[in-house]
Amino acid sequence: MKYISEFRCSELAEGLIHQIHRKSKTPARFMEFCGGHTVTIFKFGIRQVLPKTIEMVSGPGCPVCVTATADLDKAIALAQIPNVIITTFGDMLKVPGSRSSLQKAKADGADVRMVYSTMDALKIAEDNPSKSVVFLGIGFETTAPTIAASVLQAEVQGIKNYYVLSMHKLCPPIIRTILDSGEVKLHGLICPGHVSAIIGSHPWDFIAQNYHIPCVVSGFEPLDILQCVDMLVTQIENGESKVEIAYKRGVRPEGNQQALKLMDKVFETCPAHWRGIGEIAATGLKLRKQYQRFDAELAFEIEPGPTCEPNGCICGEVLRGVKTPLDCHLFRKVCTPQSPVGPCMVSSEGSCSAYYLYGGDFGGQDSARPRQRGKASSRADKAKLC
Amino acid sequence: MCLAIPALIKSIEGKEADAEIGGVTRRISLWLTPEAKVGDYVLIHTGYAINVLDKEEAEETLKLFEEIAQFDEVEG
Repeated sequence: MKYISEFRCSELAEGLIHQIHRKSKTPARFMEFCGGHTVTIFKFGIRQVLPKTIEMVSGPGCPVCVTATADLDKAIALAQIPNVIITTFGDMLKVPGSRSSLQKAKADGADVRMVYSTMDALKIAEDNPSKSVVFLGIGFETTAPTIAASVLQAEVQGIKNYYVLSMHKLCPPIIRTILDSGEVKLHGLICPGHVSAIIGSHPWDFIAQNYHIPCVVSGFEPLDILQCVDMLVTQIENGESKVEIAYKRGVRPEGNQQALKLMDKVFETCPAHWRGIGEIAATGLKLRKQYQRFDAELAFEIEPGPTCEPNGCICGEVLRGVKTPLDCHLFRKVCTPQSPVGPCMVSSEGSCSAYYLYGGDFGGQDSARPRQRGKASSRADKAKLC
Repeated sequence: MCLAIPALIKSIEGKEADAEIGGVTRRISLWLTPEAKVGDYVLIHTGYAINVLDKEEAEETLKLFEEIAQFDEVEG
C-alpha cells in the first residue's frame, strides 16, 4: 500500500464514473472548496467525465489566493526593514502586492527566503542570531498547527529572534459567509480533506443541518474525488443532507486532537480580511497574549502604505464561485503564470492557474462533455488516470 | 497549500523522524502525531506529520471500489 497509485487506477475509476451516471438524475451544483481538489479535478479531467446533471464550481480554498493585498503589502514592508529575514512558502513570492511583490523586494536587496517548513525557518533563526526571522503565517487549519508547533518549539529552544506574521484563515466560517451571501446556490460541498484531517468532520455539520446541503470530505486522488461525487449524488437522490467522509484513511470524525490542542494553545480567533470577500469576524487566527512576543505585527513598525487592487482582476469573484477565470478579460492575455496579475494565477492551487495549465481549449468547461458511456473523454485520456 | 503527501516512517528520534517520500528520505516533525510509529505511513504537510494513515480504512475503500467495478462489468 503506497496510498497514491492505488487511488489512481483507471479501471476502478470507470466503475465509479458509470455508477455516478446511473444514479444522477437531479441537476446539482457542487463546490470543491479546496484548491488542491481543483487541481486534481482539472489535472485528471474529472469535470469532463461527469454526467450533464452535475456542475462543478471552485471555491475559496487557496490560502495564497484569499490573502488580501493589504496583508501582502505588510509582508513586503516587513521585508524592507533592515536586519529582517522573511521566510515563506514559495507560492507567496510572486503574488503582486499594491506596488511590489516579495520576489521584487528580494531582487531589490531584501532578504526573502523560500522555505519548505517552519522547521527550516527556525533553523535560519538559530543560524542568524543577530537578525530577526519572520515567518509568513499563511494557511488554513491544516497549516496553523504546524506554525503553532514552531512557536512552541522556539519557546522551548529559547530562540528569541523568531516571529510569525499571522494571516491564517479558518474554513468552515467562510463557507457560512458564502452561503449566507446567496450569490451562489450550492447542492453539495466537497469538504477539504487535509483541513478536515485536523478539524475532523463535525465542524461541517452546520452546513448539512442548517443549510440542508450534503457535505462529503474528500481526499486528493482522482478516485477520492469520484467517490466523493458519488456519495454527494447518493445523498441528493435520497433527499438527504449529512456529513460523510470519503477519505477515511486520512480523516477521522474527531480530527487530530493533538494538533487542535497546539493550535488552541498558541492562537485565538480574530477578524480576517479575505480577498474578494472582505473582513469577516472570527475567521482568522492571531497569537494569544502569552505568545505575543512572537507576533511580528507587534514587534515591528510596519508601514505598508495605501492599498491598490489590480485593475480588471476578478480573483475575488472567482474565489466566491460567482465567476470563472474564463469570465476575466485579463486571463491568458495579460495574466499568465509567468506574469500574473492576481493571486489565483500565481498559486499552484489557484483556479486561474488550474484553468491555464489543464483547461486546454475547453477551459475545463462543460463543452467537453458528456462522454459516451465506456469511453474516457479525450482530456481524461490525456491526463491518464492510472 | 494544504498539500499533504504519504510518507513512510523509517526511524524516530525524539519528536522528529526520518521518513521516505517517493524514494527520498527527509527529516520530519512528529509534534502533531506523537502516536506515529516506525513503519507507519503518515500524511506530511510542510514537514510535519499531520495524521497517521489508516491502512485498514484504505483497504476497505479500495475493496468497495473493486466491488463497484465488478458490478459495473456485470451490468455492462
